[in-house]
Amino acid sequence: MTATAERQAARVPRAPARRKQPLADRESFLAKAFLLPSVVYIVALVGVPFFLAIGFSFSDVTSGDPSFNWVGLRNYRAIFHDPVFWRSLSNTVIFTVVSMVLIVVLGKVLANILVAEFRGKWFVRLAVLLPWATPVALSAIAWLWLLDNVFSPIDWMLRQIGYLGPGQDMYWLGKPGLAMTSVIAVHVWRLVPLAAVIVMAGLVSIPKDIDDAAKVDGAGFWRRMFGVTIPLTLPVIAVAGLFGAILTFTDMAVVYVLTRGGPTNSTQVLASWAFFTGIQGGDVGQGAAIALFLFPLLLAAAIAILRSVRRAETL
Amino acid sequence: MNRPLGANGVSTVAELATGTIDSVSADRLRRRYWRRHVAARVSLYLAAIVAALVCAGPFLWSAVTAFKLNRDLYNPENDPFIFNAPPTGDHVNLLFNGTPFLTFVWNTVWVGLLVVAVTLLFSLPAAYALARLNRPWSTPMAIAIFFVYLVPPSLLFLSLSRIVAGVGLQDSTWSLVLIYPTITIPVAVWLLMGFLKAIPKDIEEQAMVDGHSRVSAFVLTVIPLAFPGIVAVVVFAFVLTASEFIYALAFISPSSEKVISTGVPTELVRGDVFFWQSLQAATILVALPIAIVFNFFLKRFITGFTMGAVKG
Repeated sequence: MTATAERQAARVPRAPARRKQPLADRESFLAKAFLLPSVVYIVALVGVPFFLAIGFSFSDVTSGDPSFNWVGLRNYRAIFHDPVFWRSLSNTVIFTVVSMVLIVVLGKVLANILVAEFRGKWFVRLAVLLPWATPVALSAIAWLWLLDNVFSPIDWMLRQIGYLGPGQDMYWLGKPGLAMTSVIAVHVWRLVPLAAVIVMAGLVSIPKDIDDAAKVDGAGFWRRMFGVTIPLTLPVIAVAGLFGAILTFTDMAVVYVLTRGGPTNSTQVLASWAFFTGIQGGDVGQGAAIALFLFPLLLAAAIAILRSVRRAETL
Repeated sequence: MNRPLGANGVSTVAELATGTIDSVSADRLRRRYWRRHVAARVSLYLAAIVAALVCAGPFLWSAVTAFKLNRDLYNPENDPFIFNAPPTGDHVNLLFNGTPFLTFVWNTVWVGLLVVAVTLLFSLPAAYALARLNRPWSTPMAIAIFFVYLVPPSLLFLSLSRIVAGVGLQDSTWSLVLIYPTITIPVAVWLLMGFLKAIPKDIEEQAMVDGHSRVSAFVLTVIPLAFPGIVAVVVFAFVLTASEFIYALAFISPSSEKVISTGVPTELVRGDVFFWQSLQAATILVALPIAIVFNFFLKRFITGFTMGAVKG
């Protein structure tokens, strides 16, 4: 105790040595006291449930019989023998990778539009923010009709331009490949605004002189874009991409509202399959085991985020 | 907006001075840059219009659909973007008077406000500790808190629903008040850190010289100065809670306890019958206010994100 006090006194010479400060002034105490409530809250309601989920995955807990009995790897064996699980896993990966690429590219384009100065910018920004600001379940409901088998306005437009014959329909959510495309499209539509906002944060932090210098040197728009802007904002773009990936990876609302995983599980993802198994099917143990497969992949993404943020800081 | 002209003018002038360019070709250059400038403006406006239409298109369509008669909507031959039959307010009326929509709105609002209050109560001191009271563990702690945001509801909802049942909050809106801060606190800490770091240290040091303790300096000088940032965090946290779906779906089944994000898609659908027009009206009524408020605070979010990340 005295040793710490001495060291502190040495480090902060203007503080009178040895005088006992009131609690409300002692930084080491305050820092812990200020942080503790948040840490306790998060440990209690994120840390504990996380380990509980791991525990459940080795148990036979169901919603009808919540008593905990250890069953070892039975749940994991069951899901490994379930083709729907493998289908969900590969769907999740496909959804995530395709969405992430599209979200990054379109988010970058959108950010570039939104940092420019033009008339009516306020309304364009409002329009662009709409998909992200709307609760996902509600916007997914709007898309449910836009992609309807019979009444889809998109089909109506395609009929007007002659791509579809009279009375023909695309069945956006009825055919496996198209259903997948539709779900990805809705995800991308919903998350591009968020990516754009994140990339904008990176774009505004680029010193204006660098861009101007390149301009004076005669570099055109594309040259500046690929030679200056993109390399400088790469860490932020990476963060936007990983956010897009994580939010697609863990989301089930779009799938739940649009397809419920159908047709024949062709759009089933891990999150929705865990929900159907664990909540609607009542098999908590198996649901938890399925959901846990989200974790190793998320951890990898988190490490990647950490790396790119570090790189952003050293710039 | 004639920076491209001016910037390129510099090199032109330089070349003029060295005598490599006569006035005729200078004129030609100027015209070329002018054309390039016009082309850039036109493509910018085109891109902005396309982006706005793609993003807001479904909502424009929703706004029209909400007032359509059934015989107008349920005819695949009709132009879906205009009124083919006279508009009607019946479905909006049904939304307000024939469905529990207002209950959902009310539930969303009070849950959101309570969650925001809890979030600020926890995250303000935490952000202050991480931004100002320099401890060796500050940076790793800040990163750890940020990563909590990446642990998804889809991983936790099963065990959390057991916990919620364990504390007797199953099928109660209060369960969301308990659980949502786990989503909002990490983001709020991250954003607030950025805002707090932007406040000059001298101000609270002055307050401490004047005889205030560290705590009262924080409460009396830092919090009022961080007010704009706090408002931004309030908006952000509220939107996050309003759009959450999985927890609300997993914890609550009676319709009187539901919030908008689960109530609207489940209660406005009876079996296979969708109240389409009412659904679209609900979407617009919820989406537009949120997006408008968001738009007002967009700049602050951007500064918050960058300051939290860059100066972290």
